[in-house]
Amino acid sequence: MSEISTDLVRHLASLARIDLSEGELQSLTGELAQIVDSIAKVSEVATPDVPATSHPIPLRNVFRPDEVRPSLTVEQALSGAPEREGDRFKVSAILDEEQ
Amino acid sequence: MAKDKLLDFDKAIELYEPVLGFEVHVELNTKTKMFCGCANAFGQGANTNTCPTCLGLPGGLPQVNEKAIESSIRLGLALGCEIAENCRFARKQYFYPDLAKNFQTSQYDEPIAFDGELTLELASGREITVQIERAHMEEDAGKLTHVGGATGRIQGAEYSLVDFNRGGVPLVEIVTKIIEGAEADAPEVGRAYVGAIRDIVRALGVSNARMEEGNIRCDANVSLRPRGSTVLGTRTETKNVNSLRSVERAVRYEIQRQAAILEAGGTITQETRHWHEDTGTTSAGRPKSDADDYRYFPEPDLVPVAPSREWVEELRATLPEPPMARRKRLREAWGFTALEFQDVVNGELLDAVEATVAAGASPADARKWWTGELTRIANARGVAADTLVTPQQVAELSGLIASGELTDRLARQVLEGVIAGEGSPAEVVEKRGLKVVSDDGALIAAIDEALAAQPDVLAKIQDGKVQAAGAVIGAVMKAMKGQADAARVRELILERAGQ
Repeated sequence: MSEISTDLVRHLASLARIDLSEGELQSLTGELAQIVDSIAKVSEVATPDVPATSHPIPLRNVFRPDEVRPSLTVEQALSGAPEREGDRFKVSAILDEEQ
Repeated sequence: MAKDKLLDFDKAIELYEPVLGFEVHVELNTKTKMFCGCANAFGQGANTNTCPTCLGLPGGLPQVNEKAIESSIRLGLALGCEIAENCRFARKQYFYPDLAKNFQTSQYDEPIAFDGELTLELASGREITVQIERAHMEEDAGKLTHVGGATGRIQGAEYSLVDFNRGGVPLVEIVTKIIEGAEADAPEVGRAYVGAIRDIVRALGVSNARMEEGNIRCDANVSLRPRGSTVLGTRTETKNVNSLRSVERAVRYEIQRQAAILEAGGTITQETRHWHEDTGTTSAGRPKSDADDYRYFPEPDLVPVAPSREWVEELRATLPEPPMARRKRLREAWGFTALEFQDVVNGELLDAVEATVAAGASPADARKWWTGELTRIANARGVAADTLVTPQQVAELSGLIASGELTDRLARQVLEGVIAGEGSPAEVVEKRGLKVVSDDGALIAAIDEALAAQPDVLAKIQDGKVQAAGAVIGAVMKAMKGQADAARVRELILERAGQ
């Protein structure tokens, strides 16, 4: 059985800054539990001789030379901004502090 | 803000052992950002160096900057670290508008460098070795400007503006193990440690290392352990202490503040603290638990970095002389007293003096110009002395004095011209007509005039009271608009007076 509890989903929602109603919490708990259970099936076939991986292709040391490439124009960069002031993105007041 | 109660520093040290820890972020000076080809440049128009990758737009894919890896490995080696045979990047999730992706690409359990050490030399001559836990690679965040509210601070701001030029700039974060045994030297250890990191990254050439531009940023962890106890006290983390002097002050302040709380029977709250440069105080930030939930996981868009041992050894061979060894060598070569040398080091003028000596000036002259006139002007303008003129210009100026073409006083005027961008010292001499009047005829004419105007002085000199010549020297120098060699004028006066 999955370890996804309503409390865990509530915690994740607060980390992700998502407001969830009690109903949504209940249904998401069930859905997430199902997803986690499905993925957990992988561990049933993975044996200790299969190394953990974070990438599907066994590559290492893929680097880019330190050469400047063209950036977006300021207008392009800001084109998706919900709000701007001058050439900067405008965001609502931040209550918490920087990390 | 309520004023913190502070315990006397010596009393605090008598009762508690300070335990320190530092996290220093070093911005690398690569041409481009960590994961994209946008320029890594300071002071440009807002949002001019961005692309879909560093803006976190859908479809943006990171690509690792090879030079940043190289710089990180060299820095790790210079700190005496092991270099990982295999390491990965990880996503550190947090929501904050200075990171458009909502995660920072960092390293978690597999830093590129680990287990190093750095020996510091304190002013007293005491040496203390700091253990380095790790140095890992990550990307910088964008720059926020808080608008509205009284102080431009986050508290009370109405909204904030974001410039992502700095977002994605490569950083190396260097984390120490806990530092014990610093005792009353704790504040100085903080300063010396951050100073040593700065000297190392500067010597390596991997960072511009300008603290005032945020190239090096320090978070200082301080806790107090009651004498006789073996249990570590609760720590605070003072964020973004960004000058050497501030590190020293912040550590001292936290020791005194925490000691006062503990003495009054209170407990320390584990939290981040803000450093206030203007008042020299810290204030509470956010509560910090050891289990901050960043939900790290390996970055799936990047493959592991596995530096070959050959590459690591190649890079080790490029390491410069360690700064501490270099200081010892230069001090001996220049023959400075401890105090004179300390002046140069504290003024951050070692490179400037060394380059000036290399350009032909005597060590004493180089030191005199940099720690004297240039430092005075730089302080008045609030800039670093080595941004005013080049070592070559100082050496040239010093040469013009040595050859008698300029007096000290004229040289200072020439220096003004050089700083104002009027050209090399020789060019400024030419343009401003500042050459020493070495035409004895002109000097003698001025002397005769001055002697005629002050007949009593002439009598005194002739009477053997040669110090009376001073009044005449002054008059002649004035007539020559300062452009005469006072020693030569004195000689000529005595000659004219028949002495």
